[in-house]
Amino acid sequence: MAAVVESAPKPASRLRFILDRRDVLGGVFVAPAILYVLLLVGMPFLLSVYYSVSSYTIYNPSWDFVGLGNFADILEDPVFKQTLSNTFIFTFASQLLGLVLGKFGAFLLLRPFPGRKIVRAIIVLPWVVPIALATVAWQWMFDSLYSVINWTAIALGLITREQAPNWLGTPQLAMLSVIVVNAWRFFPFAIVIFLAGITAIPQDVLDAATVDGAGFWRRNYQIILPMILPIMAVGLIFGIVFTFTDLSIVFLMTNGGPVGATSVLGFQGFQTGIVSGDVSHGAAISLFMLPVLLVVVILMLRFIRRREI
Amino acid sequence: MAAVSTRDIVKKFDDVPAVNGISLAVPDGEFMVLLGPSGCGKTTFLRIICGLEKQTSGDLLIGGDVVNDLPPRARGVAMMFQSYGLYPHFTVRHNIAFPLKTQGVARAEIARKVEWASQLLGIAHLLERRPRQLSGGERQRVALARALVREPTALLLDEPLSNLDAKLRASARLEIKQFQQRIGVTTIYVTHDQVEAMGMGDRIAVIDRGQVRQVGTPTQIYDDPADRFVATFVGTPPMNIVARNGGYLGFRPENFLPKEMVDGGACTEFSFRVDRSEYLGSERIVYGVLKDFDQSQVVTAKLPPAHVAEESIRPGEWHAFAVRNSALRQFDKDGRRIARP
Repeated sequence: MAAVVESAPKPASRLRFILDRRDVLGGVFVAPAILYVLLLVGMPFLLSVYYSVSSYTIYNPSWDFVGLGNFADILEDPVFKQTLSNTFIFTFASQLLGLVLGKFGAFLLLRPFPGRKIVRAIIVLPWVVPIALATVAWQWMFDSLYSVINWTAIALGLITREQAPNWLGTPQLAMLSVIVVNAWRFFPFAIVIFLAGITAIPQDVLDAATVDGAGFWRRNYQIILPMILPIMAVGLIFGIVFTFTDLSIVFLMTNGGPVGATSVLGFQGFQTGIVSGDVSHGAAISLFMLPVLLVVVILMLRFIRRREI
Repeated sequence: MAAVSTRDIVKKFDDVPAVNGISLAVPDGEFMVLLGPSGCGKTTFLRIICGLEKQTSGDLLIGGDVVNDLPPRARGVAMMFQSYGLYPHFTVRHNIAFPLKTQGVARAEIARKVEWASQLLGIAHLLERRPRQLSGGERQRVALARALVREPTALLLDEPLSNLDAKLRASARLEIKQFQQRIGVTTIYVTHDQVEAMGMGDRIAVIDRGQVRQVGTPTQIYDDPADRFVATFVGTPPMNIVARNGGYLGFRPENFLPKEMVDGGACTEFSFRVDRSEYLGSERIVYGVLKDFDQSQVVTAKLPPAHVAEESIRPGEWHAFAVRNSALRQFDKDGRRIARP
């Protein structure tokens, strides 16, 4: 005869449903992101702040505090001043060019035409091609001897062989070249942003503007542009932040040359801090990006909030 | 302000006709309602009048001039859209002023006219707000002010009340009609709501599948429908249509009454089996079938509840109902109206 064992009601474990609690689950989900930001963004940032006020170099890894001495050093360096202005020119010129191209592209792609899908797919290529590959291709196009641009112009009789510009060997042309390449990379992104913005405008609003007597330009600049400004601002923030900190195109195409004409902050920071091993000065150079980026981001965010519709 | 008329307007989208030959004359100052089911082409027709679409063929005349090739801004018409199409980044003042700015009206004149339009619609206190800060009814007034501010040749309204709740809709209906009468602007109003059409229109054009079925005053449309479509589209519940002698017989539910309630004049009797009845407060809707007619054809009667005896509409039983002969309408086998004898 089996004894009847009365099983005591099992107390529900406090931990069993712990993941059902919103506050716990939320914390679990957010933790990886917070860890990522702290370890891979926060730590290096604080480290670079410390490097910039120390005398740390690869050959003499001392942590001696030197105050703002490193900043004073680089501010006296004429190459750095040029780098700083180069960075602004590079960033704003390529963003402007990219936005203009993006707006044109978006308007062309807005209306349906045969093969639009294929064109849309092709047009995002500059954005998805690895930057190293794309830059090498551009390097050949700007080459002093083999430039396909020059040869085309010569063949068309626009210039003679003697007049052919040395794209990457002349300071202004070299700057123009890196700007063009960066704009070329940025404009598909701008197209996507513009397309998203324009297609989000209700058709009724555009029709109302037409009936109210607005022609193409008025519709464009008084209705469409103001309405897509917020999303455009977001795109521009990304564009500015990425371009201002970018060194890849300069590094791959001109190596900062000729004589520093295309050197930008990221590139010079890398050259000084990593290649030359002067970590403290490299960190100081890189930190010059911080106030600019901070101001840009704050301005843009405030702007977006004000224009919110 | 001007008369608007069309001659045989056709609009095809990839060979699919949306508007199939509409000829319509709207005299100066008239309130014309285009009534039809969704997708009947009434909105397309309106967009052709204001120039947002170009007709495939046919002529459009505003104030006696053919305006086929004029762009929207040269036609001088104003349009109010279903979702109003207010400019979200402008203030109300700027919204109302926009049509004047595009015409290069002087600044002082703009201020004066914006003042006039906003007073007229009672939105003067909202001028500095943005559209998203307004309620549905206020948005509608702003849209109307924007349409009226430049004193258009014609005012086109595309289902302007469909975004309002039922209560607001009733008052807005009255308001629009009053403004139209006060200003006397030629108005073309598109709707699928027959209450709006009946209540507001000087005349109604009933449209189906891109064609005008009938143009007439609300009374004509309701009492003398030109065909079965108009008869069944207008009226709730719609006109009863039963097959008889190779044609059709139609009568309105409110004319279909228990025999004892039909007094005076010649009448036609029916034996009516009541299946179901709905009490709606002000009226009672009774559903059933007629003896000696198609038994799948549901016939409805709309009765005044206070005057109907319980036993004369008891479900499941046959009752003697009748329609006065003057309320009977006859249609031929193609559904066209046969003139009253």
